[in-house]
Parts: sequence; structure tokens; C-alpha cells
Amino acid sequence: MDLFEYQARDLFAKHGVPVLAGEVIDTPEAAREATERLGGKSVVKAQVKVGGRGKAGGVKLAATPDEAVARATDILGMDIKGHTVHKVMIAETAPEILEEYYVSYLLDRTNRTFLAMASVQGGMDIEEVAEKTPEALAKVPVDSNEGVTIEKAREIVAQAKFPAEVAEKIAEVMVTLWDTFVAEDALLVEVNPLAKVAGGDILALDGKVSLDANADFRQPEHEALEDKDAANPLEAAAKAKGLNYVKLDGEVGIIGNGAGLVMSTLDVVAYAGEAHSNVKPANFLDIGGGASAEVMANGLEIILGDPDVKSVFVNVFGGITACDEVANGIVQALALLKSKGEEVTKPLVVRLDGNNAELGRKILSDANHPLVQRVDTMDGAADKAAELAAAK
Amino acid sequence: MAIFLNKDSKVIVQGMTGATGMKHTKLMLGDGTNIVGGVNPRKAGTSVDFDGTEVPVFGSVAEAMEKTGANVTVVFVPPAFAKAAVIEAIDAEIPLAVVITEGIAVHDSAAFWAYAKSKGAATSAAGAAGTRIIGPNCPGLITPGQSNAGIIPGDITKPGRIGLVSKSGTLTYQMMYELRDIGFSSAVGIGGDPVIGTTHIDALEAFEADPDTDLIVMIGEIGGDAEERAADYIKANVTKPVVGYVAGFTAPEGKTMGHAGAIVSGSSGTAQAKKEALEAAGVKVGKTPTETAKLARAILNG
Repeated sequence: MDLFEYQARDLFAKHGVPVLAGEVIDTPEAAREATERLGGKSVVKAQVKVGGRGKAGGVKLAATPDEAVARATDILGMDIKGHTVHKVMIAETAPEILEEYYVSYLLDRTNRTFLAMASVQGGMDIEEVAEKTPEALAKVPVDSNEGVTIEKAREIVAQAKFPAEVAEKIAEVMVTLWDTFVAEDALLVEVNPLAKVAGGDILALDGKVSLDANADFRQPEHEALEDKDAANPLEAAAKAKGLNYVKLDGEVGIIGNGAGLVMSTLDVVAYAGEAHSNVKPANFLDIGGGASAEVMANGLEIILGDPDVKSVFVNVFGGITACDEVANGIVQALALLKSKGEEVTKPLVVRLDGNNAELGRKILSDANHPLVQRVDTMDGAADKAAELAAAK
Repeated sequence: MAIFLNKDSKVIVQGMTGATGMKHTKLMLGDGTNIVGGVNPRKAGTSVDFDGTEVPVFGSVAEAMEKTGANVTVVFVPPAFAKAAVIEAIDAEIPLAVVITEGIAVHDSAAFWAYAKSKGAATSAAGAAGTRIIGPNCPGLITPGQSNAGIIPGDITKPGRIGLVSKSGTLTYQMMYELRDIGFSSAVGIGGDPVIGTTHIDALEAFEADPDTDLIVMIGEIGGDAEERAADYIKANVTKPVVGYVAGFTAPEGKTMGHAGAIVSGSSGTAQAKKEALEAAGVKVGKTPTETAKLARAILNG
């Protein structure tokens, strides 16, 4: 989960990374009081999960509380690269910025370790720095069991060649930033820019944090950081039912078991769609190994509730789960939906293979539901589902 | 022969007495796996009856190894306790730990991987003294007709001469099913998490060295660059034919697709890049699982 800047700021503050004061608001009028609390002037910053908001006019200085209201009025509702601004942060104005640096910790998948990155060239897109002047970006592996002590932080700072007068202060920031990374179960903590300001202080002026959803069980406070307004309503409904669902922009609803098989199903449907008016998959939905009638009903309910869906492809490979159980699940799910007054009106193509496939297919044939078609190969079923979606 | 697991493997199960552990221990026994014990400190000294097979429960991995000579552990322990379970297995120096558990926090898997490495983890098929980790978030591995360590259904296929390595469980099953008449030497599910113990490259190296494997099927998916690095490895080191499949061409940028590691970040980790890298290494890559199976079949039929 990627966080907004103000959420990152709050986590940094919690773990001792030096930040400026700031609060988030969602109405222009609230900018006045927030700015008054900061002594009468502020920076109004759009909160969007995309880079380049400064260039897009999403960050403005306000010299008075009235000006803050005016700037907030301009910025709230603004579109920045497809992201609508719903919130702004009213931040304390920074002292004069003398230099801008970059520091981060992230997971290095390639080397299966954590990585510290640091550069004296901050304030710009770090991927650009990595590409144009790779020698200016220090990358130092961090052993997860050793962590970042002040000695390790000094090593990172030395490799990044920070000026001597700020080196120790930045090393201290690197330690608190590591604390943030570990304590919050983050996949990324990034400060850009980390600024040296008039008077010599070091301040984190903007930051990015991405959190690991697998750690939610020990991070009860993370749930409150979710941006529930922005979530697609279907994704939110699926999440509430414990389903692994991602909304896509096509017309063929997909249900399958196992993440890999479902990803593969999306691809196979997209290929098949090339011959059928270019229809595409409407979603990713992995119902997992179990595929009980209830889970199947929940899945079908979400997918049939998507107005973009014109046909549904249920693609199940019976591994440990037997296909007869899955077939019974489908039949019961259809009955369950009917009893709830949500009768299925879109065609379903079902492919069952693997453990007890013959039995499962027979159950579907015997049920003889008018909208359910059986196709016994994955490629063939994808083609049929695409054809039905294109015909609608 | 086969890789990593054979009829002589003595398997213990960490988390055997939980619901998932019970279910799959029974299935593994049914596939002929030599299960010599379970581990649960609170139930040490008891035993569990699986249709007439008594499996003793030990207090620790070390105790189980000492009393049974176990050399493989299968971990079904829930995510919150998985790190401690794996570290216990590493400390006991068991040669192979198969971590089935899904949903382990990355800070935990990174920690136990770093720990395994510091203890001399087998990072290559040639094998060091430490513990080889397979997974987490994987279906385990099977050597059909000999042993099954994990949750791969044992009855999909028979022993044969294809080696399979895959990030995905159900695609493993699908591919084993497509090629069930030919059969497999071993099939290894390496898992879909961002940090995993055994990689595509480790399995490729082992299959290349395995005299019972004639052809390797490699299944990848979006996220990371493991497939690209495997492609480089194949080009330089693998003489046996390799057929590939990559899932996730239609996955949008920035969305996790089921597996914690299956995410396209910016322009990195795309299925297209992986396919191109594999093809550049001479690997035939199928558009669908069925087409991939056909490519494998065509090569084997010469």
C-alpha cells in the first residue's frame, strides 16, 4: 500500500525523522485555521499518489491565511496525471533550502536483501539520477538481521559522499529512517528531498512510504491509512468478503483458482479477444484452493455486479480440491444468488479440469442451467467467453 | 535421481497438528512420502494416527532430526510464527526446508533468508552445508512415484523425464496435467513472494545436472527480474532444451495480482520483458499453458 505524503510525514515524525509541521485538510476554509496555527504562512501541497505535482501546480506558497484558502481552492479538485486532488497538506514553510539530497531504504528483490540508497543529487526523479549519473547514487546492501546502526549509517553516508558538515546529521537521519522502515513493515521509505536548510538543519521535506499488506496482522494502525475513498467500489466490496480481486477495464468477468492460473486466464482471454472485437478481461479474481459454494457465490456476486461484464469465464483446475465440489459450488452459488433475488443474467462459461473433472462436468450438465456452458479446455473456454462478450 | 527430493528423503512437518498440516500430511503419506515426524512443542511426545500410520510429534526440529534422521521439513506454520519456525529449521541444519505458508511479511522472509545465507545456505544446486529453503508461498515439490513435500496433488501425473520449475501452484498443476502422459522427474514450486529461497536458476542448475531429466519447463510470472536472470543463466549454462511460459501480460502497472511478488512496478517486471529475455536465450515460450505443453511435447517427440 502506497501512502500519501502527509501519512509518510506522520510516520517519519513518529520515528524521529526530522520533518516540518503539517496537517491534512479537505476543504479550502480549513486552510485558514491550519495556516494560522503555523503562524500565518504555509505551503499548500496537493496530496496525490503520483510524482510531478510541483510542476503541475499542486504545490503553492501562501503568505497569509487568506492566500492559503485561495491556493487550497485552486488545488482541491485539480487533476494531476489522472489523480483528482481530494486532500491538501498545509505545511510549515521551510527555511531557505541550501541543498537537496535523496535517501531511501527498499527491498532489493534481485539480491534478496534490503538496500539503502543515497545521493547528493536530490529533489529530482531518482530514476533519472540512476540513469544519467549512476555514480552519484550510492547503493548499500543492508542485512536485515544487522540493521542500520550509526556505524552502518556512516558507511552509507560516506559512500554517497555527503559534505562533511552534514554527514553526521544525515547518518542520524538514516538510523531513524531505518527505524521507520522496520517498525512499520515498509517495502519502501524514501525522502526526496532531504534538505539542508539555512541554519544547517537537515529536514525531510517530502517522502514516500509503501507498506507490506502481509504484515497487517501485527500493524493494526495501518488499516486507518487505507484510502477508502479512492478504492474502486467493486474492489472494496470484494475486499470486505475476503476475495482477492482487481478491477480491470474489459468485458469478460474472470473467476479462477490460484494467482498464477488466474493471471494466465486473463492473458488467454485477451488473446482470444483479438478475434472477438478485442474484448478483454474485466477483472482478476482468485478464489483460492477451497472454492466452496459460498466463496463461489461471493465471487459471482461481485463479478455479476460489475456493469462492464458481459460474460463470465470460470476457470478451475482441481488440484487438492475436487472438481465435483467446485461444480456443486457453482450450482449452489447460482441457486443462492437466485434466492437472494440476484438471478444471473449473463452467460457463464465453465472449464473444469484435473481432480474429478468428469464428475464435476456431469454435475454441471445435469444441472442444465440455461446460462451455463461447459467447455473442457482452457483455450477453448476463453474463446467461447470472448465470443459471448463480443456478441452482447 | 530427480532433484532435491527422492524416495530416501525423510520428511518432518512443522505445523503438522494444525488443520492444514493434518490434511496435507495425510495426502503426502498417501503419495508414498516417508513422513517420520511432526513438530509441535506443545504436543511433544504424542503421536498422530493417519489411517493406521502413527506419526510421532517432537518438541523441536533438532529433536526430530536426532531421533529420526529427518532431512526435509515441510512448514505449514501460520504467517505470524513462520519466521521462528524457519529459523529453528536453519539452526537445526536440516538440508531442505519447504515453506508452504502464504502471507509471510517481507521483513520476516528477508530476515530468515539473510539468516540462512549467513549459515551457509545452499544457494546453488551443487549444495553447501546449510539449509536449502524452497518458498515461501509455494506448493512445495514432488518427485512423482517417490516423495511429495508440500501440497502438489500426487495423482496428476507419473514419473517421467520432464523437470518443472514454477512460481505458481495451479500453473504447476495445469502443466503437469497437460503433460501427464509423459511424466515428470521432479516438479518444484518456488513460490510467488518477493523474497524466496530457491530460485529458477537453482532449479535449472539442478535439472541440468540430473541424468533423469531430458527437458525443463520453466513457468514465470510478472514481478522482479528472476526470469531475466534465469534467461542469462540458461544461455550460458543449460544444454538441455528449456520451454517457458510467463503469466501476467494483461496485468496493470502497480497492482498486486494475487501473489505478493506479482506486481509490475513502473516499467520493470513485465511479462513481455521476461518473454523476450527467455526467447533471446533460445527458450521457446508458449502463449498459453496448452501451447507451452505442445512445444515441450514437440521437442521430446523430436
